[in-house]
Amino acid sequence: MARLVLRRLALLIPTLLGLSILLFLWVRALPGGPATALLGERATPEAVARINELYGFDRPILEQYVTWIGELVRGNFGVSTRTGVPVMEEFLARFPATIELTVVALLIAIGVGIPLGYVAARHQGRALDHGTVVLSLLGVTIPVFFLAFLLKYLFAVQLGWFPSAGRIDPSMIATHPTGFYVLDGLLTREWDASWDALLHLVLPAVALGSIPLAIIARITRASVIEVQGADYVRTARAKGLRPPRLRRRVVIRNAMLPVATTIGLQVGLLLSGAVLTETVFAFNGIGSFLAEAIFALDYAVLQGFILFVAVVYALANLAVDVSYGLIDPRMRAR
Amino acid sequence: MTTEPAAQDVVRQTVPRGPRTPREPDDAGASLWRVAARRLRRNPGAIVGAVIVLLFVLVALLAPVLAPYGAGALPGRAEIRPTVIPGPSDAFPLGLDRYGADLLSQLIWGARASLLIGILSTVLGLLGGALLGLLAGAFGGWVDTVTMRLVDLMLSVPSLLLAVSVAAVIGQTPSAIIIAIGVVQVPIFARLLRGSMLAQRDQDYVLAASSLGLGRRTVVMSHILPNSLSPVIVQATLMLATAVIEAAALSFLGLGGGSPTSAEWGRMLTAAQNELEVAPRLAMWPGVCIAVTALGFTLFGEALREALDPKTRKR
Repeated sequence: MARLVLRRLALLIPTLLGLSILLFLWVRALPGGPATALLGERATPEAVARINELYGFDRPILEQYVTWIGELVRGNFGVSTRTGVPVMEEFLARFPATIELTVVALLIAIGVGIPLGYVAARHQGRALDHGTVVLSLLGVTIPVFFLAFLLKYLFAVQLGWFPSAGRIDPSMIATHPTGFYVLDGLLTREWDASWDALLHLVLPAVALGSIPLAIIARITRASVIEVQGADYVRTARAKGLRPPRLRRRVVIRNAMLPVATTIGLQVGLLLSGAVLTETVFAFNGIGSFLAEAIFALDYAVLQGFILFVAVVYALANLAVDVSYGLIDPRMRAR
Repeated sequence: MTTEPAAQDVVRQTVPRGPRTPREPDDAGASLWRVAARRLRRNPGAIVGAVIVLLFVLVALLAPVLAPYGAGALPGRAEIRPTVIPGPSDAFPLGLDRYGADLLSQLIWGARASLLIGILSTVLGLLGGALLGLLAGAFGGWVDTVTMRLVDLMLSVPSLLLAVSVAAVIGQTPSAIIIAIGVVQVPIFARLLRGSMLAQRDQDYVLAASSLGLGRRTVVMSHILPNSLSPVIVQATLMLATAVIEAAALSFLGLGGGSPTSAEWGRMLTAAQNELEVAPRLAMWPGVCIAVTALGFTLFGEALREALDPKTRKR
């Protein structure tokens, strides 16, 4: 298992190197070059020359790349042209919010999606099954930001059950040692802060979790139906395995393999969806930060974000492969 | 090769055939696409999907005839007050938006913009991806390695985020969204076509074609490629749904230029964001349009996949 993890981590290096080359060339391919991107269209030639000298854009391209990579390795993603704060600092301050949101969204998706898909498969062809199929179809076709709108309008504006924006009530005085607001409240015993942060999480997390939920329910349903009809299940039943034990040990265990892969694939969707959901709910994570960076054409942030997300994405996929080994003994042997 | 008819005869004689319903025509001998068309016609999902898609395409094509007002026209500007956005009336069937544009007209012109972006970007992604996939699948060797590494690289970033950064670089023009969404589809199509071609390469008919002395180009272009296309076509249909949603997402995020009054579903949702408490219908209609269009493409794509899948055939 340790070897698998190490090998996969090693494979990450060429991917990131390749990506960094693309990103490096990308900024240099900008119309007017990076200096114009930094200064805007109406920059004077003197200012452009000064920036080129300051950032080393006048040096040989290979030298520039090596310098840039050296900085990246040390965690220096450059400075946001919009806020003047190092990009990495901005990310680290906002990342807990996005992690909190995506983790809760994923938990909702798994917690509802798997049972739903399983129950649908057990009642194949009946109303409940048809309902699940329709629901999972709607889940993938309703844009996540539109669903966020609907939830916000219904449950925040109309019914007033949940707050409509932000991570925590602005009047709430709370300390944040970790940046995960729900966790912070529990750690510092500020229960009301924790509860308030949780209430703020519900609507964005449900909106964000809708697509993965639909996909997970659908894959679970298909997988359970396939395993139910497999020869080895019939054999196990013929050998006298009691149905509850059969379902637990044979059907669910085998049916979960494709589901585990699917869950891993959702990480990319969740990160993309977070950009949209955070925007709708003014949830101050890296997603809404990226949306603001787009408006301001803040290339340092965009560039850093892509690399950052690629690393997170790759690590998430690695985690899925590891969990695969835990579910399937055959994978462990390799 | 000469043993093949004989083998088929044996199968025919020994395998008992189940009773056939009279409505079920024999699939044997019919072409792949003819069988698929027949199966599509019998699938209610396919029909619903096709009707939705056709409806929206018609609306988009006939926008100048159907829309009561021109794109971007503000016929009701005089009726807008800071706290009042008039709802449905005789003159404006779905009401006005914040700027005084007729919502129904905006939706109809929006169908044109959204479908055009969705279709053009998918065509772009399909062509680019098919070209890369064809290169990799036909040549193999280092061409394959380089192409597939590039594909892996592009797939190492979630597609919407890649599209966001591509569109941001191109600048604030509507074509930025088309190009961005097309670009992120390229690796998906490339990988799919290559995989599909590799699966065909070892088939007997390819061996037969080569042994007849056909050149490699002929074998690839007229034998392997046509037989590898069906998963690509299915994917393209499903991708249209994704493209429409992602296009809306990009313009919702403020990419692709255009003013707040431009008739484009995603942009309409952005504008509606501030009016959620005053006029929720402004968000409702464009959202429903996006979802229903995506639903149409998805239903049809799924049905097409089922119809072309040999595993679910003859059911």
